[in-house]
Amino acid sequence: MQIPSPTTNIRPDEPLCIGGKTFTSRFFLGTGKFKNKQDLADSIRACRTELVTVALRRIDLERHEENILEYIPPDVTLLTNTSGARTAQEAVRIARLAEASGCGKWVKIEVINDSKYLLPDNQETIKATEILAADGFTVLPYVTPDLYVARALVKAGAATVMPLGSLIGSNQGLKTAELIRVLIDEIDVPIVVDAGIGRPSQAAEAMEMGADAVLVNTAVATAGHPAPLAEAFALAVRAGRQAYLSGLPRKKSDADASSPLTGFLYE
Amino acid sequence: MTISPDHIRRVLQDERPATLEALAREAKELTERQFGRTIALYAPLYLSNFCSSHCTYCGFHSKNRITRFKLTPEQMHREMAFLARQGIENVLLLTGESYKVTPLSYLKEAVGVARDYFPSIALEVHPMDEEDYRALFEAGADGITVYQETYDRQRYTEVHLSGIKADYNFRYRAPARAAAAGMRTIAMGILLGLADITEDLCALYSHLRAMEKTYPGVEYSLSFPRLQPIKDVDFIRANVDDATFVKIICLTRILFPRVGINLSTRETPALRDRILEFGITRMSAGSNTAVGGYTLIDRDRQDPQFDIEDGRGVDDVVAMLKARNFDPVFTDWRRIQNEPAR
Repeated sequence: MQIPSPTTNIRPDEPLCIGGKTFTSRFFLGTGKFKNKQDLADSIRACRTELVTVALRRIDLERHEENILEYIPPDVTLLTNTSGARTAQEAVRIARLAEASGCGKWVKIEVINDSKYLLPDNQETIKATEILAADGFTVLPYVTPDLYVARALVKAGAATVMPLGSLIGSNQGLKTAELIRVLIDEIDVPIVVDAGIGRPSQAAEAMEMGADAVLVNTAVATAGHPAPLAEAFALAVRAGRQAYLSGLPRKKSDADASSPLTGFLYE
Repeated sequence: MTISPDHIRRVLQDERPATLEALAREAKELTERQFGRTIALYAPLYLSNFCSSHCTYCGFHSKNRITRFKLTPEQMHREMAFLARQGIENVLLLTGESYKVTPLSYLKEAVGVARDYFPSIALEVHPMDEEDYRALFEAGADGITVYQETYDRQRYTEVHLSGIKADYNFRYRAPARAAAAGMRTIAMGILLGLADITEDLCALYSHLRAMEKTYPGVEYSLSFPRLQPIKDVDFIRANVDDATFVKIICLTRILFPRVGINLSTRETPALRDRILEFGITRMSAGSNTAVGGYTLIDRDRQDPQFDIEDGRGVDDVVAMLKARNFDPVFTDWRRIQNEPAR
């Protein structure tokens, strides 16, 4: 199905720009957990994503039949991730190994030293970002949303900041919404919401808030029919983006029909 | 769900099919969410069957008259090359427990050979101190398997009569020493049937919780081998039927959504294929449990540690997984230069 163009062009959208590349689609896809590689290939095609992330630990460099890279079209940007790294040093080594293996210099820093919650180690992520950005990598760090960490990442040369919406694989949506909103307001590099997005409506919500893009993996990979769901996510991201551009009014915490404090001035 | 003996006992004693079905559904859902429909494959490779421990239930124990055999480096190359040709990328190197015949230097040499063939190497050998684990980690090993077998101290003493394994405490603390040395994967487990299952499960879960809190970065996995009878020896204390076995896997998944669960070739193909759905994340394929069993010794002359029920080759297991809608994963780790944990 064709994704329809917006009929009313309220505010022209600019393409998303990361590391000197422009992206028309603001929906990024992770490649883990698929029950077969064909489902992955079909999902990439259905959602027309222009960026996918692959764990170097899962890339089978020696055998060619099941090599995951064969299922990724050449015009899609490959973002290698450092899954398995427990320290900055390990993340740096994995990124360099990925480059040496022909996977390019785009890297998603994932430093996780907790196998129970899989929460990223923000401090180590900053260190790895600093080293790899200085080395010419395009670095997309995955973090728990925190303003100071995001500022440090920008200073270290990060191309984006990728805050988690909720625990990875939890499908719980934007549990960290208020913290992500702060990043959207304060940080000038693109904010890509990553992890925890379980439904298209949650992806739309992130985009309505003003996130620049959304990355989804588990929800698509573990769906009964991954490809149609991948497409649904892409549509939702598009819808959320258009809503954001249209100047969607923000939610207010209380009703304010009258002016209880200053109304007396006009009585 | 909480980890208490009362609760676990209640679940295990509840024989209603509906209870098991509900557990299975929850476990399946959690597994798919955490791991997708993927199963990591590995193969064991026995380096030596020399053993100084006397464990009454084991085919390799020191008093057993079997042909003792230890691979030379050349023989390691042959066995490992064979496994690598099958597509295996994750190998588990095993020995009996003997400081004398398979000392650290021998194990380091084996890891060195294995590096030529496998991106990921784990060891199931005698427990050692932190320094030795660190030496193996630096040599290129990523994982350690060390089962307590039973957490019932009295029973432990009854079945582990002598040797390294007779020291309960030294074994109990082995996973912590391996983690401190930097190992990234640690497999723990109990031998089902050796003692009271509820008590053992509860103690294993507590051991794992303590490990998770102290060493959160390690990827843990649990194994639940069922005791198999060996001739003329009576040591089975609790019978673990298939329903109980499935219940243990489901319960483990529900209590530990992220932990790996290994399935051994001791189980029959029929059962192995069916229970994959409930929480299994890793299984061995194309296994042989005899030293030199892949290429060096004819099947009818082998002395395996235990008899495997699932003798299917790697290709057969891969075909089965695909037919059951699972993605067989060979590469789940790519070695980066291991440096000591700080």
